[in-house]
Amino acid sequence: MPVAVAAAEVAPVLVELGLVVLALAVLARVADRLGLSPIPFYLVAGLATGPGGLVALDLSPELVDIGSEIGVVLLLLALGLEYSSEELGANLRVGLPAGAFDALANALPGVAFGLVLGWDPRAAILLGGVTYISSSGVISKVLRDLDRLGNRETPSVLSILVMEDLAMAVYLPVVAVLLAGGSVAAGLVSVTAALAAVAAVLFVALRHGTTVSRVVLSRSDEALLLGVLGITLVVAGVAAQLQVSAAVGAFLVGIALGGAAQERASLLVSPLRDLFAATFFLFFGLRIDPGDLVPVAALAGALAVVTAGTKVATGWWAAKRAGIARPGRIRAGTALIARGEFSIVIAGLGVGAGIEAQLGPLAAAYVLLLAVAGPIVTRFADRLAALPPMAGARRPT
Amino acid sequence: MAEVEETQLPGVGVRHDFVTSDGERIGVLAHRTGRRELLVYDTTDPDSCRNVVRLDADDTHTLAELLGTSHVSERLAELQQHIEGLTIDWLPVERASACAGSSLREAALRSQTGVSIVAIVRGEETIAAPGGDVVLQPGDTLVAVGTPEGIKELFRLLHQG
Repeated sequence: MPVAVAAAEVAPVLVELGLVVLALAVLARVADRLGLSPIPFYLVAGLATGPGGLVALDLSPELVDIGSEIGVVLLLLALGLEYSSEELGANLRVGLPAGAFDALANALPGVAFGLVLGWDPRAAILLGGVTYISSSGVISKVLRDLDRLGNRETPSVLSILVMEDLAMAVYLPVVAVLLAGGSVAAGLVSVTAALAAVAAVLFVALRHGTTVSRVVLSRSDEALLLGVLGITLVVAGVAAQLQVSAAVGAFLVGIALGGAAQERASLLVSPLRDLFAATFFLFFGLRIDPGDLVPVAALAGALAVVTAGTKVATGWWAAKRAGIARPGRIRAGTALIARGEFSIVIAGLGVGAGIEAQLGPLAAAYVLLLAVAGPIVTRFADRLAALPPMAGARRPT
Repeated sequence: MAEVEETQLPGVGVRHDFVTSDGERIGVLAHRTGRRELLVYDTTDPDSCRNVVRLDADDTHTLAELLGTSHVSERLAELQQHIEGLTIDWLPVERASACAGSSLREAALRSQTGVSIVAIVRGEETIAAPGGDVVLQPGDTLVAVGTPEGIKELFRLLHQG
């Protein structure tokens, strides 16, 4: 009987998945108790249960693939939905200098590291992305937990996060196209095509965000959620067909939504976002052998120290431009240290394309370090500020 | 009123803050989710908050109610005099006025002055929203709403012919 056969196949998958989700629930609780972001915990869980881990879970490879693919698509939709197109547009006008400083100061060390290691230049560009982008998820949680959302340096921090979001809208498609490979000439054509597509999406988002919003807007929450998810899956599928990663397509959908639809969809999606993020981090960790982390640990540590410093400099500079005093500049700088979801997504693109074996483990170790260290360092920002100004040696001139 | 500064916080909501007459900076952060935070800024480190009070929608209403009452009654007194270019006034109908003895319709006060008669006070009695048939009597007091110029014109009409 076909029905019975299907049920017999599904049953172990459901049990497997259920146990995994229960384990995540326990970890989320522990993280909450400790006042830390759950991201590193999910990663560690994935590492511990994957190949070479403490308990190698015998998860079906299809489940791992589908799970991480759906996880990353929905995670990126949620990330794209985080800011309305109006906020993106308004911020583009005022946040550009700080955004540019941020990109240069934090992406270049990553690219340089990759090149020094003798990696494929595309892998070096990916590593630049990994070190560039702060984790808006971890940072907004930290700002909330430390009651800093009302602080006067916080707009500078948020403005940088918004600029990074916008930068990702350009960076991700270009990188995805580069990874698809081909000759230099073909690469140039597809990069140009990708840039044109992004320009079109951003134009629609910034100029006609409310029109797009009206199309999917509905009084019913289900209709809105289903509409947004449907559009996202279709666009993600088309993007995947065009060799641009599905996740990138989903992110652009999130960016392009504006107005009331964005506002309501982001509220509807935000509890789901944590779920998608959890599955994505877990499955990313599952694909990496923890044994591979050991040889790259020192490298990840060095990269973490350097790019934590450059983030502090970025926050310091942006806050100073906004007329914030020394303690606020240190709070802004240290808040930005945390890296998280986007860094893993970018590394995931490289892992999927299989261009550099060290990229995945290095990014995992790097994010583990900074997702934990960032929130802890910024907790002590006010004590750092109380030290004599000599200690602020990382201050840029 | 103190000058209120508005700051958009992308992905979070909007913050309003101002400096009280006592010199303290306080603010309200309105989250997109409807939650509010009441912010009291630090005096030594003016970029940070000394105190943050988290309020849900219910708490916000309670607090607004508590803060609002006295404010509203103060404002009501002022409102009776002035609402953005509108004036409310109490005008007596003089014996000499041509209007005395004619109905509101005949007197056509509104078409002449643009002022509305919202009530007539006659001795102990108040005629609210008087109809066109009500006859004006000497000694009535008209409660009139209109522009300051219209009120002046009405005052003139009620004094003489």
